[in-house]
This record gives sequence, C-alpha cells and structure tokens, in this order.
Amino acid sequence: MTETVERPARENAVGQPLRRKEDARLVTGRTNWTDNIVLPGMLHMAVLRSPMAHARITRVDVSPALARPGVVAAYSGADLGDANGSIPCVWPVTDDIVMPPHRCLATDEVRYVGDAVAVVIAGNRYEAADALEAIEVDYEPLPPVLEMPAALQDDSPLVHSESGTNKCYTWEFAGGDYEAAKAKADRVFTRHYVNQRLIPMAMEPRAVVANPTGPGGEITLWSATQIPHVLRLLLALVTGIPENRIRVIAPDVGGGFGSKLQLYREEVLAVVIANRLGRPLKWTESRSENAQVTHHGRDQLQEIELAVTNEGKILGLRVDLTANMGAYLHIITPGVPILGAFMFNSIYKMEGYSFSCTGVFTNTTPTDAYRGAGRPEATFAIERIMDDLAAELGVDPIELRRRNWIKHEEFPYTTISGLEYDSGNYEAATERALELLGYDELRREQQERRDRNDPVQLGIGVSTFTEMCGLAPSRLLGSLKYVAGGWEHATVRVLATGAVEVVTGSTPHGQGHVTAWSQIAADALGVDVDAVQVIHGDTGTSPYGMDTYGSRSLVVGGMAVVAAAERVVEKAKLVAAHLLEADPGDLEYKDGAFSVKGSPGSSKTIQEVAFEAFTAHNLPDGVEPTLQANSTIDPATFSYPHGTHLCAIDIDTETGMAKIRKYVCVDDIGKVVNPMIVEGQIHGGLAQGIAQALYEEVVYDAEGNLVTGSLVDYLVPAAPDLPSFVTDRTETPSTTNPLGVKGVGEAGTIASTPAVVNAVVDALRPFGVDDIRMACTPERVWRAINDAKSRGGERVAEGTVAYGGATTDSTAGGAS
Amino acid sequence: MVQVSVTVDGQRRTDEVEPRLLLVHYLRERLGKVGTPVGCDTSNCGACTVHLDGKSVKSCSVLAVQADGSEITTIEGLADGEWHPMQTAFKECHALQCGYCTPGMIMAAVDLLNNNPDPSEDEIRAGLEGNLCRCTGYHNIVKAVQSAASQPASVGGVQ
Ligand code: FES
Ligand code: FES
Repeated sequence: MTETVERPARENAVGQPLRRKEDARLVTGRTNWTDNIVLPGMLHMAVLRSPMAHARITRVDVSPALARPGVVAAYSGADLGDANGSIPCVWPVTDDIVMPPHRCLATDEVRYVGDAVAVVIAGNRYEAADALEAIEVDYEPLPPVLEMPAALQDDSPLVHSESGTNKCYTWEFAGGDYEAAKAKADRVFTRHYVNQRLIPMAMEPRAVVANPTGPGGEITLWSATQIPHVLRLLLALVTGIPENRIRVIAPDVGGGFGSKLQLYREEVLAVVIANRLGRPLKWTESRSENAQVTHHGRDQLQEIELAVTNEGKILGLRVDLTANMGAYLHIITPGVPILGAFMFNSIYKMEGYSFSCTGVFTNTTPTDAYRGAGRPEATFAIERIMDDLAAELGVDPIELRRRNWIKHEEFPYTTISGLEYDSGNYEAATERALELLGYDELRREQQERRDRNDPVQLGIGVSTFTEMCGLAPSRLLGSLKYVAGGWEHATVRVLATGAVEVVTGSTPHGQGHVTAWSQIAADALGVDVDAVQVIHGDTGTSPYGMDTYGSRSLVVGGMAVVAAAERVVEKAKLVAAHLLEADPGDLEYKDGAFSVKGSPGSSKTIQEVAFEAFTAHNLPDGVEPTLQANSTIDPATFSYPHGTHLCAIDIDTETGMAKIRKYVCVDDIGKVVNPMIVEGQIHGGLAQGIAQALYEEVVYDAEGNLVTGSLVDYLVPAAPDLPSFVTDRTETPSTTNPLGVKGVGEAGTIASTPAVVNAVVDALRPFGVDDIRMACTPERVWRAINDAKSRGGERVAEGTVAYGGATTDSTAGGAS
Repeated sequence: MVQVSVTVDGQRRTDEVEPRLLLVHYLRERLGKVGTPVGCDTSNCGACTVHLDGKSVKSCSVLAVQADGSEITTIEGLADGEWHPMQTAFKECHALQCGYCTPGMIMAAVDLLNNNPDPSEDEIRAGLEGNLCRCTGYHNIVKAVQSAASQPASVGGVQ
C-alpha cells in the first residue's frame, strides 16, 4: 500500500525534557526489587562475619547450627572446599602487583571486621539469622594495621602474611619532564591532603536470589547489580559453571554509585549453594552489613606539588599518592587511583608531570569504585591546591586558573598526560558561573564582613574541573592492564506490527536509560517515543553488554543504539526501494517514511517495511527477512565534560557550623538528550560531593571496628542539610560521537567537593587557617579557628595543618 | 503467635504472627505488599514509610501486632482510581531516579502537606528529614512537594 496523505512533521525527541517512562511503576509501588522475589521452596542465607579486624581462625564448627529450627545447611570455607572460590581482581595495574587470595569464606585468617566466615541456610530469614549464633569459631587475635603509613613500616603487622609486605603496588607515570620544569620554576608549592574514606550507601541494600532450576536448566541469579553481563562472566570464571549455563538478571536496582559494580562473595555463595541444594536461595543485605562489607570508596593520602613562576604560571606538577586497598582486592580496586592519574593536570597546561601511586593493604573493608572513581580524588587535590596557591600568591583564584587553563581556541588539545581533549570552553562556563553567583558582589560582602569581624564569615570556593569518562577505549584500557574492554552493544528491531525494541547492554539503576534510549531510537528511526520499548539488564534477553559505570552509558551504549538504528534504516531502505520500484540511492528517509526524492507522493513507512520484512513475500534478492540490526561500539577516545562550580558558604565562627548559602554550577556536557534527566544527575552528584566535603567519613576505632556502621553514625545528608542548587549549562558539542554528547553521571560529584572545601577555607583564611580535613564538621572547623586564634593568627608552620579527630602523621603536612 | 487484624489498602486481613514480626516484614512477606521497601535497620532512612490511621510511620519501627485494629495505607493503595497529586508531582518534577526512596518519600510528603498545606522550602526540607534519598539531592523532591501543594486539585490523574 502506498501512503499518499501528508505525514505531519515529527518533532525531535532528543533535547526534550520528556517525563520518564520508568516512573509510572516507581511512584505506585509496582516495583521489581530483588528482595521482592519469592520462589517456591526458596531458602534464605545468612552470613557469619568476623567480629575482629585481624585474627587467625583456629576452628570453625557449623554443626550446632544445623540443630536449630528451620536450618537446612551450614557451611564454613573448609566445608565448601574447592567451591569456596576466590574473588578475582581484573585490574592488575603492574607486573609485580601483590594479589592475595580473596576467598568467599575466610579459612586461615580474618582480615577485617565483617570478613565472611560461615553461612547458614534456613527456611526463612529470621531462622537463618538466629542460627548464626550457634556456629562455633575460635579466633586467635592478631594485631590489626589500620593506617597506611603504619602499614608501610618494615615492622608492621601483615594483612596477608604470605605476601611479606602490605604494599600492593607502586604505579608510576610521567608526562614531559617534571624535574626540568621544576628547575626553571620560581617556587615550588607542596601540599598534603587527605581524601577520606566514604561508604557509597545506595538506598537499596544488595540482594541476590539464585534459582538453580531455570527453564533451560541454567542457573539464574537475580542480583541488585550494576553489571549483570560482567557478573555472568566473573561467576563463570570463579565457579567453573559454563558461562552459557548462567543467566544473570538485574531487575529494578535501587542505586549503585559504583558499589554494585562488583562481584561479591554472596553472589558466588548463593550460586554455589543453590546449585548444591537444588533449591532457590535468597540473601538480602542489612544496612549494617552494607556499611561493613559492601566496598568503600576514596581513601587516599595525597602529596601534590606545583612548580610555578612568580606570576602563578604552572610549569610542572608532581603527585604522590598512597591509596588504601583495604584488606583484599576487589575487581578493580587497584585501578581506581590510576584512573585519577590522568586527571590531576585537569584543565591546565604545563611542561612536566610526574605521578606515583602506592596501593596499601590494611585491615579495613576493601575499597573500589565510588561515584567518580579516582577522578574526584584527583580533582579535589588539584582544585584545592589551586585555591591555596592563589591565596599564597595573593591572586584571585579565578584569575590564577585563567592564567593556566587551555583556551577554547586551543582545542583539540593534547594534555601533559597524553589525553586529547576534543572540545571545551572553560572561559564561557566560568563567565556564566560568576554571573550566576554574583561573584564580585559576594567578594565585596566578604570583605565587608571581614572588616567588621562578623561572627558569621563568608567563604567563596572555586572548582573548575574536567574529567575523563565514558569508560571505553578498549585498547587504552588494555594498555593500562585492565583485562576487559569497554565496548557496548545494542540491537534495534522493528517488529511485524511496527513496534520497536531496543536491546541495550547498558544496564540502568536509576539513570533513566529507558526514556533516554527511547528518545534516541525514536529520532534515529523517525518514530514515536512511545513506540519504543527498551530491553535491558538480563543476559537472557540482552546477551551482550559491559553495563553501567564511569558515565559511559550514553557516550558508549547510546551511540550503539544510534548505530544499530542507522543500520535498520539502511536495510529498510533496500526493501522500500524494492517496493517503490526505485533505486535505493534515490530514496530519502524522513519522519519515519521513505519516499523518492522529488516525488514525495508515494512513500513507505518504516512500519510497512517492517511488515514486508516479516512476511518476506516480496523482498529484494539477497535481503534477509526481519528488520533488525546490531551494533557494538568501541569509541576511540574518552569523553571530557567540564564545568565551573562556585560555592558560597556561611561559617559561624562561634559554633563551627557551615551552611551553604549558594551553590552554582555551570556544566558543559555537550549536546543533551534529556535536560531534565541531566539536571537530576547533576543534583544527585552535587549532593554526594558536598557530603564528602561536609558530612561523610568512615571512622574505625583502634581495634578496627567500624564506628560509622549505620545511618545513625554515617551522615548521609538529609533534605535540611543541602541547599537548592543553581544549575546551568554551556554547550560545546563533543566532536567524537555523532550526537555531540558527553558523560554526566559523575560530574557533579567530581567537581563539588573541592568547591565546598575551598569555600570553607576561604572563609577562615583571615584566622590563619589554610586547610581543614574533610569532612569539615563543626568540630573540625571550630578547632581550626581556635587553634589558629591561640597562635595569634599566625600559621604554625608553612603549609598544611589538618585538624581534628584522629589526626595522624599522615594527615599533617608541611610545605617545602 | 498473636492475632492481628488490619485493613491494608482497603482490604481487611486477619493473621497469626510472631510477636517480633515488624510491620514492614508483615506487609512485604505475608501480604505481598512489596511496594514498600526496606532501606536500613536503624529506622533512619524512611524508605518503609506508610500511613497508619492517616499518619506517616516508619513501618520498620512498628511491630505488626502494634498495628492491630489499624488502617494502613501503603504506596500501592495511595492512588484512588487516579494517582494522588503527590505521585503526579514526583513524576512531573523528576523527583526520583532509582525510585527506592520514593514510596516512603511520597507517603511522608503527603502527610507533611496534610499537616501543613502551604509549607515553605525550609519547612519541606525539615519535614522530610527522616527520609533519605541518595540519588536526587532532594532539589526536585522539594519542587515536587511545592508543586503538589500549589495545585492540589489540578495535578491528579494518571500520566
Ligand atoms: S527501613 Fe529505614 S527507616 Fe524503615
Ligand atoms: S531516587 Fe534513588 S534513593 Fe531516592
């Protein structure tokens, strides 16, 4: 049939703030969390965890637990034997890295509080939890080592005695010649910062359900994970079950922030034990377990040095990191600080860069990726030192950055660490941010309040950031010794009825992929957004994928959708040309229909073509039935969003209380698919970055007990703790993908922490304060002011002094 | 075992329960009301918030037996044919991302407006202090509550 009516021109969906398709279920409670799943005959698992940070296990006897009501089985590590697999680390950053075993259940020693020792399987979760107390374990206490500097001493207790050292690796990197740059410099400015340990605290705790009797005889694992595809592969490697006999499903997942980018012991145990018992098995993490054993993030001691001219021109940068691995390596633990290595130089031009990072084992929870993974740490250090250097030189912090940043006409620009930034306009974003903040006005007010000794002082903090995201280029990841690639896969199908299916390997957990991918596919195919269904998160229905992390979904996964949709159109064009008895080269495709150029009267819609492709009655020779195409995209480069964040903060100098008065951010993430979703990502990112600056920090006591083990003690900010945000965007399209987009998921977190701490320090500089350790709690702020006051406003020594809490040598620094 | 009789989302139920059974586990595991999730074990997160006789409570801090004789509304029973204006406002204002905190957040916000139909931004923030969200930074949650407060009659209806 040939359509002759005029089709209304369709409006592009990309760029519209479309309301999310996901939300109808979520706001009415029709949800699919893993913990909701109930299967016939399902058993429950509970895990016995070490109460000690370091001890030798001399005996484990699970048999008393077997006598408890409802208990079906109980296992120690020894009971599981060969099935007690080891969690692999897939990022061995150096050839001589120390990678100790990381068994699902500890057998010889426990190495942090929460280390798993045994499990109970029972009829319900209460019975399983109750029976844990019956398990008998004898521990011989060993001295724990909790601080990195102590762990690196020759006489330190060893977290893994068989390794003979607590040093995991030292990774070095250089760009240009730092020593030569330093030799030319007028001054060398060194600072020591502490990037404290954080708990990701996704609101949904982890959960798994393993079903050993899937319809095809495979084992199915539902898991609250960011990475069903990677998880399937890792489960196959650890358990020996063939990959094609494992199906992993990530149903609705309640946030991840990196914490669900992991292979966890409980995932392996559930699969192994469900298989052994032949019954479905569930485990749901409590919040306390989540705080204790779901991996932590950050935790670096940072020494950073700038070699500069008297005018503040940066000649060289040296960074020396100590990064806490925790007690074991998780899948990418060693690689997290390495991701930051390329970001310390940030948006600045220089002649020499020297980087070194030493990973250290301690008797603490393992660390791994947390929103930003390495890049927030890097951005914090460089943006903190830029504000400190500006104060030292008596230059406005914005002006200091202007003297050093890459100018917009210099793009594409290859940085000192060898990355080619494709596009950016730091001037434009900064101008806009200054305007939105009312920077000059606030500086005047600040001076006025300083002059009259206002007990509430005003501080203004700056952070001009960029980041590398869209974790992809497989070759580059390979050159950094990451053992997998970073591609992403999509399939686009137009079904017989004209309904569109987009299959994506990029698995969402709150980011709104279903809506955004529908917008992209709808535009690429010229169909309605509502005609598109997005399929994800199940290795049974979306077999290929590398999943969601590193702000990669849109710039990698989204581009695979674009490419697959374009291939669908290419194929459809052959069919349409055949039906229209025209040459494919003479057809144009617009708003979902093919027509012969110059004679728009006769056309074929994509839906009509799809039906023809389905019946296959009248296809051109050599064209296969069905209308579908795949694409696997492996971008050649990272994505480089940037922006300028400014924070104005009021500090009550009598109580130490800090309150954000205004937070302005102008982000440049290139073209935008859905501005509403983008803003939401920025808001949430800001909240997490601000939380690191002001509220959150992990504290262990001297025995290695996690003091901040619940939401009572670990201060995830609530609504009254945060301001409303002033957000805006500049738009410098990326030149490395067809939509001109850049990643956004981590930007807010990466940029905001230094903006806030810079603001706090800025408020207090007249008191002689030039650093405050995060989190900048009222106590730390108050102490900083009062310690400085008691020194008569003079600095104790040149350089950094960190205040408060469990200050150790590692947290106090000095300038050279 | 103790007997409890409750009305949940309009349905009367009588069950024998263990005295220690938490209301949230009764809802989720006995009644299949899995729309109400659990986010913590210290009554801090608010994910489990429901209405007990019209007032919002954290259902993890109430025993099932304490709810005996009560009327309970969960997120699943909030819509009365049409969505509650707060549900619409959450979607319209993009006040959710992963959605895990959303049921509790919506139930708490409805209660907040019942007590204070025209709250200031500070009052909204203070009123939601017991509900944590890790995704949104609260910015759009505040906007959603403001939006629901400003147009109670006009924002209803399924989107
Ligand atoms: S589950 Fe956290 S308050 Fe109830
Ligand atoms: S939307 Fe994810 S926790 Fe609130």
